[in-house]
Amino acid sequence: MSGISFIELYVFVLAAFVGYQVISRVPPLLHTPLMSATNAISGISLVGSLVLAGADYGTLATWLGFIAVTSSSLNVIGGFMITDRMLRMFKRSGSKR
Amino acid sequence: MLDTAIQLAYLAASVLFILGLKGLSHPDTARRGMLLAELGMLMAIVGTLLKHEIVRYEWIIAGVAIGGAIGAAISIWMPMTAVPQRTAISHMFGALAATLVGVAEYYRHAGAIPHVEMAALGFEVMFGSLTITGSFMAFGKLQEIVKSAPITYRLQNPINISLFFVALGMFAYLIFQPANQHVFYAMVGLGLLIGVFIVMPIGGADMPVVISLLNSYAGLASSATGFVLGNNVLIIAGALDGASGFLLSVLMSRAMNRSFANVLFGAFGGGEQAAATLRAAGEKTVRPITAGDAAIQLAYARLVIVVPGYGMAVAQAQHQVAELAEMIEKRGGTVKYAIHPVAGRMPGHMNVLLAEANVPYDRLYDMEDINAEFENADVALVIGANDVVNPAARNDRASPIYGMPILDVDRAKSIIVLKRSMNPGFAGIENELFYHPKCSMLFGNAKDSLVKLIGEIKTV
Repeated sequence: MSGISFIELYVFVLAAFVGYQVISRVPPLLHTPLMSATNAISGISLVGSLVLAGADYGTLATWLGFIAVTSSSLNVIGGFMITDRMLRMFKRSGSKR
Repeated sequence: MLDTAIQLAYLAASVLFILGLKGLSHPDTARRGMLLAELGMLMAIVGTLLKHEIVRYEWIIAGVAIGGAIGAAISIWMPMTAVPQRTAISHMFGALAATLVGVAEYYRHAGAIPHVEMAALGFEVMFGSLTITGSFMAFGKLQEIVKSAPITYRLQNPINISLFFVALGMFAYLIFQPANQHVFYAMVGLGLLIGVFIVMPIGGADMPVVISLLNSYAGLASSATGFVLGNNVLIIAGALDGASGFLLSVLMSRAMNRSFANVLFGAFGGGEQAAATLRAAGEKTVRPITAGDAAIQLAYARLVIVVPGYGMAVAQAQHQVAELAEMIEKRGGTVKYAIHPVAGRMPGHMNVLLAEANVPYDRLYDMEDINAEFENADVALVIGANDVVNPAARNDRASPIYGMPILDVDRAKSIIVLKRSMNPGFAGIENELFYHPKCSMLFGNAKDSLVKLIGEIKTV
């Protein structure tokens, strides 16, 4: 466990601020794909789970890590795939049906 | 050297995530944006796998294979009408991963954790655990495994609020006494319990707010994981998710003219009030219409505005809606779609369903953009929508939805409502639109009614 410094708080606050600005430009039309996309992105907890499942921290930690890896890869892969499936459906009038 | 490479991969991933979300500001750039985000994810994962802590790969490969296969299967074969359920359950999986990582960190240090880290860890497992069960409840309600109507009982709010404060108390205690394992695990358990209790009294129509809030919590839990593990890419991705969920919940509750507190603690649909409004309505009459007459109106209309609601999703009628619209357009009419922000069960639900039915997205209008056009519409065709077109939101101070912005359907020259029966929606709010002199009702399942309309319009 590494020490938490103020830098990390800066990172969080600035990222949340940037996120808020970027996401407020997303039209209501795409709010459902937005939610599945952010879901896939927050599947980044996979990064933490991978270390837990692959490091030598004891049997219980490995098991918890395995479940966490399964859950978060379900979100990452499923999330990106469903987002793309939805986005493919949005077409302008006159474009090929 | 390797550490620097990993950090650079994380930095690149963070930038790519933000660029990816930026792509979502327009349908034309959205898919390219998502490719960038996927690339970012790949870099973050490869970077992590290079870490020297990782000594074994068998569990990692098994987890990724199982999770990936399930995720892929769901996203390929799931019907689009099930998107809200899938979203709810994915918040559960996200929160589960974050919580398990937190619990494992606590367990492996046996509680020997500095105070500041404990604050982050406590936040992670508390929000994580309540999101796990809360999302599961939301999933159950959307999938109709659990009764979707609000489940209420005496002293519900005082009980929920006290439980929440007890959990907060434990959290605060742990910051000062991180080694007390009993309190830590009790807090996880209490979080799980609170998640169940807090979603229980929430009805289907409030789901857009709840899903968005749970989205935000799942993101914040991921972000807290980042603090615990000292991993910036986790902090950033979690913060993006948290901000997105927060913004969506603000937009959704604004579209219902309600505060978060009101959504979470103000379960409406109490029996007495609903019964009273129903009695008052007993004297008014509705005008049923046959599919034949409705088809004639639609066939000669120059502008038809379709107002879809959850009823369209339940009947899976989006393809029939699109077919009917195509027939009206062949006859020279124009069809536009009016989308209320909280129509359906999650933000943007109606847009996705209509896009699936090949309705071009430039025909889908947000509330602010279409409301002025209703007065030019020859027919407003309401398909399974109820509260979002209820004029009581404008006129009736006593109505629970008073003040909610609505679609001005009653300004159209005529109104046709497709509805199963006169039973009020789960909220039990009477809708005076149905008694409006300009309004006629076409009773029946939305899909069946639309099929009849399509058949009749061919013979006009």
